[in-house]
Amino acid sequence: MTTLLAAVEYGGRWEVPPVEELFVFEPFALEGSTLFAFNRVALLVLTASIVAIAILWIGLGNPKLVPGKFQAACEAIVEFIREQIAIQVIGADGVRWVPLLLSIFMFVWINNLFEIIPFINFPPTSKIAIPMFLAVMVWVLYIYLGIKAQGAGRYFKESIFPPAAPKALWPLIGPIEFISNFVTRPVTLTVRLFANMMAGHILLTLLFITAHAFLVFGPGLPVGIVGLVASPVMIGFEFVVGLLQAYIFTILAAVYIGASLHPEH
Amino acid sequence: MESIGAGLVFGLGAIGPGIGLGYLIGKAIEAMARQPEAAGMVRTTMFLGIAFVEALALFGFVLSFIV
Repeated sequence: MTTLLAAVEYGGRWEVPPVEELFVFEPFALEGSTLFAFNRVALLVLTASIVAIAILWIGLGNPKLVPGKFQAACEAIVEFIREQIAIQVIGADGVRWVPLLLSIFMFVWINNLFEIIPFINFPPTSKIAIPMFLAVMVWVLYIYLGIKAQGAGRYFKESIFPPAAPKALWPLIGPIEFISNFVTRPVTLTVRLFANMMAGHILLTLLFITAHAFLVFGPGLPVGIVGLVASPVMIGFEFVVGLLQAYIFTILAAVYIGASLHPEH
Repeated sequence: MESIGAGLVFGLGAIGPGIGLGYLIGKAIEAMARQPEAAGMVRTTMFLGIAFVEALALFGFVLSFIV
């Protein structure tokens, strides 16, 4: 990243560094320790958690009977999670899962928002560790809930060999169902969020560098103008993508929890 | 050569999900237009479907970096 910028700024030959450089940050605190080394990504994740807690605390910690604008906005988020995700997907007992789903939604959304906030410009969700951690959490939770709600034997038997399918097809369906229920679910949950944010980050970086390089140094002024005009549009697009990915992550977590609690659906 | 291969991985991997997304969203809009009172349910289901279809294209995208 810095090499690329330097190459552009000094008008040197444009040597594009490998794209991984966009996602590698050196630790700036506790460098010696391999476990607790603290870099920009860790700082951003921590900030995201604190911001999420602060927003909900300020908005809903001391509720007024006539809500102000901020409280109304927070209430709208909570109500959206409760009505549109928990109750609609899990069912009437989904209210119990609103705190978890709300936490996941706020955490992922604020992490995604960091992609377009000026001077931060990096979504921590584009490091695979963070989506993977969230997905593993959901994975463990829905397997645990399935075992608890239906019993271990019945849960694994019915999710690998669905009772609705004819017995003759079981050898064919069994492996497919096993892979789709216990392997593909967490992997897709991880990769969907990670790849979306990584693609968005690369796209925005390329656009900004295009605008900067061609407007300031290059002969191709029209290209620079295209980059300049396209940048705000893509920032708006990435805002929508970040919100949508947070929503999809939450709703899929709700779907998996609901499928473990009510296998008949 | 390797870059061409990586480009092909993503390009070919995006064809199927692209067609699928077109059908999916088109049908969902059709359903919402026919029955506006069911729009909420259709929208939730549509986003679920999008999530599953889109995952395939994103696998292609991630693979294009690994290849």
